[in-house]
Amino acid sequence: MSKTVVIDPVTRIEGHAKISIFLNDAGDVDDARFHVVEFRGFEKFCEGRPMFEMAGITARICGICPVSHLLAAAKTGDKILAVQVPPAGEKLRRLMNLAQIIQSHTLSFFHLSSPDFLLGWDSDPAKRNVFGLMEANPDLARAGIRLRQFGQTVIELLGAKKIHAAWAVPGGVRSPLSEEGLQWIRDRLPESRQTIETALGLFKQLLDNTLKDEIDIFGQFDSLFMSLVAPDGTWEHYGGHIRFVDSQGNIVADGLREEDYQDFLDEAVEPWSYLKFPYYKPMGYPDGMYRVGPLARLNVCDRMGTPDADRELQEFRQRAGGRCATSSFMYHYARLLEVLACIERIEQYVDDPDLLSSRCRAKAEINNLEGVGVSEAPRGTLFHHYNVDENGLIEKVNLIIATGQNNLAMNKTVTQIAQHYIHNNDVAEGFLNRVEAGIRNFDPCLSCSTHAVGQMPLHIELLAPDKTVINTIYRD
Amino acid sequence: MSFLDLDEWLFEVAKFADIVYSPVASDIKDYPEDVDVCLVEGAVANEENLELLYKVRQRTKFVISFGDCAVTANVPAMRNMLGSSEPVLKRCYLELGDKTAQLPHEPGIVPELLDRVRPIHELVEIDLFIPGCPPSAPRIQAAIEPLLKGEQPVMEGRSMIKFG
Repeated sequence: MSKTVVIDPVTRIEGHAKISIFLNDAGDVDDARFHVVEFRGFEKFCEGRPMFEMAGITARICGICPVSHLLAAAKTGDKILAVQVPPAGEKLRRLMNLAQIIQSHTLSFFHLSSPDFLLGWDSDPAKRNVFGLMEANPDLARAGIRLRQFGQTVIELLGAKKIHAAWAVPGGVRSPLSEEGLQWIRDRLPESRQTIETALGLFKQLLDNTLKDEIDIFGQFDSLFMSLVAPDGTWEHYGGHIRFVDSQGNIVADGLREEDYQDFLDEAVEPWSYLKFPYYKPMGYPDGMYRVGPLARLNVCDRMGTPDADRELQEFRQRAGGRCATSSFMYHYARLLEVLACIERIEQYVDDPDLLSSRCRAKAEINNLEGVGVSEAPRGTLFHHYNVDENGLIEKVNLIIATGQNNLAMNKTVTQIAQHYIHNNDVAEGFLNRVEAGIRNFDPCLSCSTHAVGQMPLHIELLAPDKTVINTIYRD
Repeated sequence: MSFLDLDEWLFEVAKFADIVYSPVASDIKDYPEDVDVCLVEGAVANEENLELLYKVRQRTKFVISFGDCAVTANVPAMRNMLGSSEPVLKRCYLELGDKTAQLPHEPGIVPELLDRVRPIHELVEIDLFIPGCPPSAPRIQAAIEPLLKGEQPVMEGRSMIKFG
C-alpha cells in the first residue's frame, strides 16, 4: 500500500513550506518533494510605482535579507539614472552588505540549525530550538545572539533601522557612518571575531566526530555552482561578474554580465510549488541544475582575499577533498567561513576615512528606461530587472531570487535524505527532522523566493507543560 | 525576525514563558490548545492563512496583531487594486516562466490565493495591535513585558504606534 507523508510546516527555516515523501508498497521512499506554499506577486503589483520606491517596497519581501533587496534595487536604479556611485557610497553599501551576511549566517547557524547539531537530530522536538540551546548551552547561545546583534547594529548605525532601513538609493546612499558609529564597530570587532573562530572550531570538531556521516547523505551530488566573483577571481559579494563552475571546479562560463541574465538563466514552473525552478539555460531543464550561496561562492572563487579566510579556504577545500565541496551539508561550514571573511573585511575597513564622507550619493534624472542590478545576498545571487517609462514609473519587474536558484538542489537533497533513512514505513520524528534539515542546509528564505511573507505566529505560553508532537499527516 | 532582535532579553522571556509554536523557533507542528499569548504576523492572503488564524483565535487567550502586514495588510495588499489573484499569478508563472509555464495547482498542498488580502482584525477579534514594519525590539519588549507580569500593555505615543 503506497502512501504519502507530509511534513507541514517545515520548521526552523524562514518562510512557509511543506515536504511530501512518497512511500512505495515496500515502505521505502520513491521520491520526495519540497513545496513552497506562499506567494504575493511583487512583479505585478509594483507596476506603476515610481522607480525610487522600489528599494522600500522590495525590502519588504524579506525580514532577514532586506539589505539585499535594498542594494539590488539601488544598483538597478544606478543603471536607470546612468550614474557612477561615488567611492564612499560603494564602500558604505559594501559595509552594510557585509554586516547583513554576518547577521543572516549567524541566525542560520546559531538560531536555526545548531539545535540539530548540539541537541541532536532525535532530541525532544519541544526543546530542539534556540530556546533549548539557550538552556543547554547558554554561553554559546549568548555569543551567537550577540554576533547577530553585531551585524544588525552595524546595519542600524548606517541606515537608522535594523530591518527595512531606507538608506541605499539609486546613485549611492543617503548618509555616511558617524564617528560614534565607527567607534562602536571598532569596539565590538574583537568579540565578534572570537565568537566566529569558536563556532568554526566547534563545527569542524563536529564534522570530525558526530556529524561525519551527514556529509555523504545530506545532499551529496554534482551540480554547477554560480556566483559573483571579482575581476581577478577573488570572493565577491557586491560587484564583479558572474561565473559558473562545475563540480571539479572547471570554469563553465565566466565574465557574464547581469544585463544578459536571460541568455543563461531560465525558470521552469511545476504545479506543486509556488517556487519556480531556475536552471542554467545552455544545459536545459532539469540538467542545468546549479547551486548558489555560500557553498557556491567558495567553490567559484580562486581566493578569499583576506589572510585568515584564505587559510580557512585551504582547509575547507582539503576537507572537501578537492577544489569544490559538493555536499550540501558543507553549506553550514561555508557560512561560518564567510562570516569570518566579512569580519576580516570590516576590520580592514574601519580605518578608511571614506566611511565618514558625505560625498556618497550621485544625483540624476531618468536616463535609461531599463536596468538590471545584481547583489550577492547571504543565500546567493539576486537579480532585480526593471523597465520604466520617461517619468521613472515602473512598467515591468522581474526578480530572480537567490533561494529559488537552489530549488532543484533542495528537492534532490530531501529525496536523498529520505531515501537513506526511511524504510519499512518507519517515519520516526527524528528521520523527518533530518529530511527537514536537508532544507536547513540551504538556509532558504522563502519569503524572498516566492516574494511572499506568510503568517509566522509566535506563541508564548506561560508555565505550561510540554505538548506532544504530531509531525505527520497520512493520506492514502 | 524583529522579535529575535530582542537579543539577550530573550533569556528573560525564556524565564517566564514557553515558546510553544513558531515556524522559526519551534519544531511543534500543530498549534496547541490553551495558549496564553500569540503574536500573529502577516496579512491573510491564502486559504491556509485563514484556517490557521481561526485555529489560533480559538485556542488563544490573548491575540496580538503584530506588525503592519497583520494590522493593515500593508504591502501584500497592494495586489488588491488588481481585483483578484489572477493578474499576479499570471505575471509570475505564465509570462515569466519558460516553456513549462502553468499556474501552480495542487489541492491540499499548494494553498489557493484569496482574491483579497486582508488584515487579521477583519476576520477575528484582536486584543492588542503592535504596528511597525517591523515593530522594533524595544516596542515588542514594551508590549510583552507587562503580559509576562499579568498586566495589560498600553500602546500609546509615537514610539509605540507609528507605522512603517
